[in-house]
Amino acid sequence: MSLLGPTAQGGPEFIQLLTPEGQRVEHPDYAFDAGGRDEAEVVRGFYRDMVLTRRIDTESTALQRHGELGIWTQLLGQEAAQIGCGRALLPQDFVFPTYREHGVAYCRGLDPLRILSLFRGVDQGAWDPNEHNFGNYTIVIGAQTLHATGYAMGVQRDGLVGTGDPDRDTSVVAFFGDGASSQGDVNEAFIFAASYNAPVVFFCQNNQWAISEPIERQSRIPLYQRARGFGFPGVRVDGNDVLAVHAVTQAALQYTRDGNGPMLVEAYTYRMGAHTTTDDPTRYRMSEELEYWKLKDPISRVKVYLTRNGLADHAFFDSVELEADELGVRLREGCKSMPEQHPLAIFDQVYVDQTPELAEQRDTFAAYLASFEGAH
Amino acid sequence: MTKMTLAKALNAGLRKAMEDDPKVLLMGEDVGKLGGVFRITDGLQKDFGEDRVIDSPLAESGIIGTAVGMAMRGYRPVCEIQFDGFVYPAYDQIVSQVAKLHFRTHGAVKMPMVIRIPYGGGIGAVEHHSESPEAQFAHTPGLKVVTCSNPIDGYWMIQQAIASDDPIVFLEPKRQYHADKADIDETAVPVPLFSSRIARPGADLTLLAYGPTVKTCLKVAEAAAGEGRSVEVVDLRTLSPLDLEPVYDSVRRTGRAIVVHEAHTNLGMGSEIAARITERCFYSLQAPVLRVGGFDTPYPPSRLEEEYLPDLDRVLDAVDRSLEF
Repeated sequence: MSLLGPTAQGGPEFIQLLTPEGQRVEHPDYAFDAGGRDEAEVVRGFYRDMVLTRRIDTESTALQRHGELGIWTQLLGQEAAQIGCGRALLPQDFVFPTYREHGVAYCRGLDPLRILSLFRGVDQGAWDPNEHNFGNYTIVIGAQTLHATGYAMGVQRDGLVGTGDPDRDTSVVAFFGDGASSQGDVNEAFIFAASYNAPVVFFCQNNQWAISEPIERQSRIPLYQRARGFGFPGVRVDGNDVLAVHAVTQAALQYTRDGNGPMLVEAYTYRMGAHTTTDDPTRYRMSEELEYWKLKDPISRVKVYLTRNGLADHAFFDSVELEADELGVRLREGCKSMPEQHPLAIFDQVYVDQTPELAEQRDTFAAYLASFEGAH
Repeated sequence: MTKMTLAKALNAGLRKAMEDDPKVLLMGEDVGKLGGVFRITDGLQKDFGEDRVIDSPLAESGIIGTAVGMAMRGYRPVCEIQFDGFVYPAYDQIVSQVAKLHFRTHGAVKMPMVIRIPYGGGIGAVEHHSESPEAQFAHTPGLKVVTCSNPIDGYWMIQQAIASDDPIVFLEPKRQYHADKADIDETAVPVPLFSSRIARPGADLTLLAYGPTVKTCLKVAEAAAGEGRSVEVVDLRTLSPLDLEPVYDSVRRTGRAIVVHEAHTNLGMGSEIAARITERCFYSLQAPVLRVGGFDTPYPPSRLEEEYLPDLDRVLDAVDRSLEF
């Protein structure tokens, strides 16, 4: 049972740089790299990122409860996994998300309202992936891992792997979860990426639960060990430790950019909320488990670390809270005032080159709609 | 002017498309060194290299799924599915991703992908090698579905499909690959991709065919002519969208129509075509629109396929029924 922690499935301890108690520790293979900036400033930035991400999540959950969203996929508890990874990306890297990567989307600069419009039913997540090098939310489990692999094969053909130029070498990150690890597409993506040595970081957030099914239903071995069978390295990182996730992802991205082929990162974390707002975890998991993981909260350990070491004061924490409140207001107002699409819009979104038969169907429907104009 | 089989014409068309646009990539099982099990990609890897003619692992979902990513990166992947019955592992990627990405993103993402599938029966093959899945794809908004029936169309249509910014399921009648040769004029101006074509004019009845059944229907028209009956044959060429204006014109002249395909008759292309003809040509019809197709059983063992597939006699029988109605 996952309650026993990461060694329960026979794997070694994960990579950790900041303990749940807020203690900085070192790891022989992975060191936190602040990228030449003041380390405390970077950690404060991570704290802010995680608080704002959690606010996006809690505000959206509340909006769903108020009937403003049809559904919401909660990321509560996975903030460190997403911010640690998202902040390790370079601008040229490309992300293929699932439907829960709100924190990564935030790091890439995507307006959270673009995500809310999907869950409100205004659109289906219609952002241009090239605007922020952030792909569209993919709801079919695991399908995007193949897209990431093919995109990475395109990057190879563009000659942007292993040139040694840090501004050009490009990696592609495929997000997926523990449940998706059972999907054929994910396994095929592993095989294709390995076969062609494609620059893909397979980033698995193992949050222990695939709706009601525990990780034990998906795998007999720790997920990161799967990589070995496909012929590439896999590592497990404390997914609730933003510093460790950042360090490990940064290393994995560079490994793939250098032309060494794919790498698997298993971020060992926990879905503290429900699968979505329509799910009821009390039917299938013990409340003790949640209490256990609350002690490993990704945000509070950073706050303890910053406070105990005098790296942030009350004014800083208050300013982040204030910023989160402002974000909440913006999301609430933005969500409720979101413009709806015209019903005729869907006909023109199917093809690049519209077909005569669909144009005819559109015109027929337009005439039908027009027949009600002026009627009471 | 070069005389070519359909297989050679497709090969020449692929070569031309690759010469014209360096973003065109071929991908599939055995398409490289071997040149494909039907040799459609013969010699292309030798000339364009392993980066452009990619031998894939044996995973159809992987082929289409990675092609989605390549298309997003600006490439124009042409995927070969080795046989019709092997497309189903890729069905989810085709229906849920390839067909929907443009719609999902309001046009921000284009999927200029061609999915080539050898289809149809008549080659004495084992199970899963003789199927006609066209209606499954024509039923999916976001895809376009075309099929060639002869070398000239093969040469031009494959190039036009690759040039399309929409994803296209490109069905190749495998029975015709090495059957007939035709003169191909590489300097000619091809007819538009999404258009049907009158393959043989006639006055008494209209046969609607595509892919492998075009040849069957031309033989039917020849036989019927011997009995003094003038049968028009339309090669539909495009199944989604359908180009039925020439069909309506034809049926308004003849008053009779029969759709002929190898696919199962129930909810096949013939069902949709019959419905549309009825909607548009109701007062011109002298008889109900008939369908001659594969039976609603799984494709049978090859020793029975002659009986299963619509052949000269079964179509002639339908011609009689229509004319005598």
